Amino acid sequence: MEKHKKTLLIVVAAVALLVLPLGLQWMGNFWVRIADIALLYVLLALGLNIVVGYAGLLDLGFVAFFAIGAYMYALMASPHLSNTFAWFAQTFPEGLHTSIWLVVPLGALIAGIFGAILGAPTLKLRGDYLAIVTLGFGEIIRVFLNNLDHPVNLTNGPKGLGQIDSITLLKFDAFGIPGLNLGRFLDIGDFRVSSVTLYYYLFLALVVLSVVICHRLELSRIGRAWMAIREDEIAAKAMGINTRNMKLLAFAMGATFGGVSGAMFAAFQGFVSPESFSLMESIMIVAMVVLGGIGYLPGVILGAVLLSALPEVLRWVSGVLDLQAATGGRLDPAILRQLLIALAMIVVMLMRPRGLWPAPEHGKSLQQVKR
Amino acid sequence: MEILLQQIINGLVLGSMYALIALGYTMVYGVINLINFAHGEVLMVGALTSWSIIVTMQESMPGLPGWLLLLLATLIACVVAAALNFSIEKIAYRPLRNSPRLAPLITAIGMSLLLQTLAMIVFKPNYKPFPTLLPVKPFEVGGAVITTTQIMILALTAISLGVLTYLVNYTRLGRAMRATAENPKVAALMGVKPDMVISATFIIGAVLATIAGVMYASNYGTVQHTMGFLPGLKAFTAAVFGGIGNLAGAVVGGILLGLIEAIGSGYIGVLTGGVLGSHYADIFAFIVLIAVLTLRPSGLLGERVADRA
Repeated sequence: MEKHKKTLLIVVAAVALLVLPLGLQWMGNFWVRIADIALLYVLLALGLNIVVGYAGLLDLGFVAFFAIGAYMYALMASPHLSNTFAWFAQTFPEGLHTSIWLVVPLGALIAGIFGAILGAPTLKLRGDYLAIVTLGFGEIIRVFLNNLDHPVNLTNGPKGLGQIDSITLLKFDAFGIPGLNLGRFLDIGDFRVSSVTLYYYLFLALVVLSVVICHRLELSRIGRAWMAIREDEIAAKAMGINTRNMKLLAFAMGATFGGVSGAMFAAFQGFVSPESFSLMESIMIVAMVVLGGIGYLPGVILGAVLLSALPEVLRWVSGVLDLQAATGGRLDPAILRQLLIALAMIVVMLMRPRGLWPAPEHGKSLQQVKR
Repeated sequence: MEILLQQIINGLVLGSMYALIALGYTMVYGVINLINFAHGEVLMVGALTSWSIIVTMQESMPGLPGWLLLLLATLIACVVAAALNFSIEKIAYRPLRNSPRLAPLITAIGMSLLLQTLAMIVFKPNYKPFPTLLPVKPFEVGGAVITTTQIMILALTAISLGVLTYLVNYTRLGRAMRATAENPKVAALMGVKPDMVISATFIIGAVLATIAGVMYASNYGTVQHTMGFLPGLKAFTAAVFGGIGNLAGAVVGGILLGLIEAIGSGYIGVLTGGVLGSHYADIFAFIVLIAVLTLRPSGLLGERVADRA
């Protein structure tokens, strides 16, 4: 009986998730956009959850991997490299225009390598020391993105990279199939599916895949090793777990999610600049994981959706009520959004210190402060 | 040579400001093991409060001498910031003292964001000029220039470190603080009231942050609601660099960080033949931090802690 219920629940959820963007689209593309962004944040939060939730390594520079993925795709799918470097233009006169089947694995791979590189010097560090070093890494990456327009113009500096191709699926040049360009709408009979809705389905597919990966990881030997490290590193080491490799693996695995969602972000926006990868973003992702329920997949997803989508909805509400005029210009939607995020972080933590949807069973490090 | 001397002076001044802020961070961390992310915002509130007091007093009492005005404004701002930090601890950190470690960290980040937003609503987001109240005539030392404000910053950091060292090592409150840091439960058995000690720590931290904030504002001549973020981050880096929880470490870390930044940004262009410019200054701090922590995971002067998970 119990199993039937579970299957039914999954089917209902799947149908709801598939129909959702069509309903939102009817209300306006703005709403689908919010759903898209929320899915990207879910992807990021799932990645950080591997590092913070499973392995217990507090990473305050996670946005660096998001940035690396985004810039990787931006360089491979925009005319920037051909415009800047003559030799590149000679080799690829048309530009690279990378296919998604290359983007996703490559984004994962590059971010994963960076994850391991950034993780390596921090292996000896614990707790808050680790937090500040990872924060430093995030800032270093951002400063480089901001300044690598000179002497070699790689990132175009603060101006950012534009004209990034949208993603094209199912393209087979050999058979003359043009493929499905997600940057354009799609007509099915009389019904028009907008570009943002197409992206929604792509992101949803990635999120579902990630949830499956995370779930399997959690149950695997690797996942158990991570949790052992989180609970008590010295004991884990004594039991024969190679803590160094496991920590590096956690950093690398977490980073792959960041890299993939970064590449998706670049394709979706068509533009990247260092502004999107500030420290505040890293902090927001940590907040999503902790607010939802650290180390527990449903909680992490809930936290990401709430913190990314709710403020946008509230921004719309404050626009409708015209708060700006009512408060003499002091309270515009952007300020209100920030105010509500801040209040949510404080109030939720005070009321439910273990998160909104905490894991049913807890390790001891998640229950009490160790002194 | 003059450039080097000038950069050393600039670095010392910058470093002293980091040190002042780092002292507050490190004290709070030492007592309750919490990275108080809102510390930089307390600095901001202190600076903005003193700014509004100075502006109103300049209008109502135009005859007041500059130094007195600055002193009065700083004192009042200290009281405001102390009250604020006291309430923050009581509202956002105290209820979470026995919760998972990350919970108070998130409320601290939330508090920092909240204070910034509230300051933006109250004071408007524009940059405000901070009036020059001390004599502007700079002194010359071997070709390099140092202003009165900068001398005051150096002096105040030295005095603060002296007072704090005395307080922590030789007074009843200091002993209570050390006892609470060691083990709050046992300290309570010995007649120490941990809650009061922690409140006192936050009040002292707020006073230090306000002094640093006012000095920062008079040195750079502007105040704004985001002004606390970067100094807060750098100061925290300094505190970790020196070994968090260690007072002398915070000062050493702060001053070293300031020196590295000033000398680095002054010379990186020359050293790399103009390839890397001074806008890379912000990452020196982090590169040095990572290098130091890789070699000494508990900071320069930090004690070796076997397990601080």
